[in-house]
Amino acid sequence: MPLYLNDEQTMLRDTAKDFVAEHAPVAHLRSIRDSNDPAGFSRDLWKQFAEMGFTGILIGEDQGGLGLGHVEAGVVLEEIGRNLSPSPFLTTAVAAVEALRGSAQAERWYPGILAGETVAALAVDEGAKHRDRVALRAERAGNGFRLSGAKQFVTHGHVADVLIVAARTAGGEDEADGVTLFAVPRDAAGLTATPERLTDSSVAARLTLEDVTVDADAVLGEVDGGRAVLDRALRAGRTGVAAELVGVGAGAMDMTIGYLKQRKQFGVPIGSFQALQHRAAHLYSEMEVARAAVLRAQQLLDAGSDAADEAVSVAKAMTGLATTLSVQESVQMHGGIGMTDEYDVGFYTKRARVLAEMFGDAHYHADRLARAAGY
Amino acid sequence: MTDLDTFRTETRVWLAENCPPEMREPVRADTDVCWGGRRYDPASNPPQARWLKLMAERGWTVPDWPKDYGGGGLSPAETKILREEMAAIRARNPLNSFGISMLGPALLRYGTEEQKREHLPKIACGEIRWCQGYSEPNAGSDLAGLAASAEDAGDHYIVNGQKVWTSYADKADWIFCLVRTSRESKQGGISFVLFDMDSPGVSTKPILLISGYSPFCETFFDDVKVPKANRIHDENKGWDVAKYLLGHEREMISGMGLASGGRNPLVEGAIATVGRDHDGRLADPLLRAQIALFEVRAKAFAAMSERFIDELKAGRAHPAQPSMMKYVGTELNKARHELMMAAGGSDALEWESERSRGGAGARAWLRTKANSIEGGTSEIQLNIVAKRILELPGA
Repeated sequence: MPLYLNDEQTMLRDTAKDFVAEHAPVAHLRSIRDSNDPAGFSRDLWKQFAEMGFTGILIGEDQGGLGLGHVEAGVVLEEIGRNLSPSPFLTTAVAAVEALRGSAQAERWYPGILAGETVAALAVDEGAKHRDRVALRAERAGNGFRLSGAKQFVTHGHVADVLIVAARTAGGEDEADGVTLFAVPRDAAGLTATPERLTDSSVAARLTLEDVTVDADAVLGEVDGGRAVLDRALRAGRTGVAAELVGVGAGAMDMTIGYLKQRKQFGVPIGSFQALQHRAAHLYSEMEVARAAVLRAQQLLDAGSDAADEAVSVAKAMTGLATTLSVQESVQMHGGIGMTDEYDVGFYTKRARVLAEMFGDAHYHADRLARAAGY
Repeated sequence: MTDLDTFRTETRVWLAENCPPEMREPVRADTDVCWGGRRYDPASNPPQARWLKLMAERGWTVPDWPKDYGGGGLSPAETKILREEMAAIRARNPLNSFGISMLGPALLRYGTEEQKREHLPKIACGEIRWCQGYSEPNAGSDLAGLAASAEDAGDHYIVNGQKVWTSYADKADWIFCLVRTSRESKQGGISFVLFDMDSPGVSTKPILLISGYSPFCETFFDDVKVPKANRIHDENKGWDVAKYLLGHEREMISGMGLASGGRNPLVEGAIATVGRDHDGRLADPLLRAQIALFEVRAKAFAAMSERFIDELKAGRAHPAQPSMMKYVGTELNKARHELMMAAGGSDALEWESERSRGGAGARAWLRTKANSIEGGTSEIQLNIVAKRILELPGA
């Protein structure tokens, strides 16, 4: 498969580009922030995403979705990134859809996701840095399980109808085995989600679970064998964040290159200065490399390749590095105006920082690659 | 099974049967690379000579060239499969050649039918080794400022002047060369000619580099007679050919950013010198971190190279994209060798010992310093990206 979008994917990209730019441009984020909207996103927009078919991209046709893949989901995510659109698309239609896939819970939650009525969130992190460690306990209780512990950085966790929670059912905190994945409804007794507004105006929850009881059918995958399902959801989530990061980095870069052509000092466009040309060209090169890494990860995921895991970590790490460079360079090359709240470029800086951290930063993924390579 | 599946299966079987085991070993020294040419002695390395002959017979030294010109006539998809299957068994490239990577594509695009038939088959089978006469003492980054002249003498030119940084000029049989045929216009006064390095008036002088090797030469032309039939494209239109060829050269040089399949000498070298901790990680955590972050970039660049080749084959690549590839690939290669030296420590400093294979690592490290200069400096590539892709205004 050639490493570029095919005709159908290109058409989807054009559709998504127009749709997101029209309905959720940066001004949309600004208005949500300025109104201090408690949800942090627009439910109307989420409905529209569903009407466009976007929320069903990764859901099979037999279940009412489009039965497409990660390349297509990424096409939408790149536009979300480019426009900084607040949307539960990544957590719900990508990460949670993968976590739920093949389980009885999929039948329960997919219809709402397809309709743009349901929001889902992934509750994985237990510390400030993303780690493989799972300490939140789940013990057998009657016909089901009782969960106790805490999670953080759960994007949309305060409004999610269902939370995908990774819990420890056996073994030590750092063991790969002994993890079980649960679909916990938002209204479960003992579950508290405290919303925290983040740097980029998005809202993530800190969760506490105190003796939250769920039925046995809340288990996704096998008891003690949830790592496989968690890994599948994380591969999808990481690839999705990487695609969104490409959009954020490209959006900031495009703004900046436009500014270099238009802003005049010393009587000429500042983009005619070689010092800035070289910085812009270097940035472009980094973003192109990152973009290729993301497409490769998406294609390998869609092909079910064994090489996908490595490619996903490369994509997440490389987009973290490249987009971080992009937003830094963008503020610098805009000069003073880049520091103002009124100008949009600062929003890109903030979103990039949040996404760079999500599901593991560049250091986490570089370390992961090193371990996989035996050093 | 699709036709491509069948092709893959047949290719795999053929490679398994025909690629000599010695040709599946990693390339360790310059002498492991086959360049062909009139001075090439097949008896010096019989498995290498056999591998070249077998591949050339199938046209697989240049798999995507037309069969009429010694190529394999493979489609882009088949070519990719062949490369994948060769990589899977770590088969060496049967023939390294500036004829294949640079002149060939330019001839296919700009050559007459007669020129193609004369030169391409000899490139494909490794009979003629080519060198490139581009840079001059006063025309480096400003290549179009070149002065080597070709005076019109009826059915031929008389070429005078000097080239520099001519890779392997002392080992090459023929040269493709930029010469000035008019002083009226800078870029519009250049022609692209081919001639035999054995022609009277051609002399070469190797340049000793910091690596201790002499891969480059100064090349002098003193009243060299070059038939006009050897000119590619129109007189004074050589700059078009030169630029087209430079794109292919940059593409080739950017390949240096790619790791050779399977093994990772950087990691292996670091493990050998600093060892592992109790968890099996490299015992030097800062070196490990630097290597791991470098590997992220290297693997991402490998994806970029694949994408670039796919886009090129489909005619979708931006014409200035090779500049970006060259810039990133060469900077990565320099970074890789800096890390290899850091990983090697004082072992890697030895210059002559057998243990260091004659300072191979250190010499290779020094050689990479030229990567971001040759074929257009990194700064020139960034200029090209800024102007032609980002369309930033001229100074």
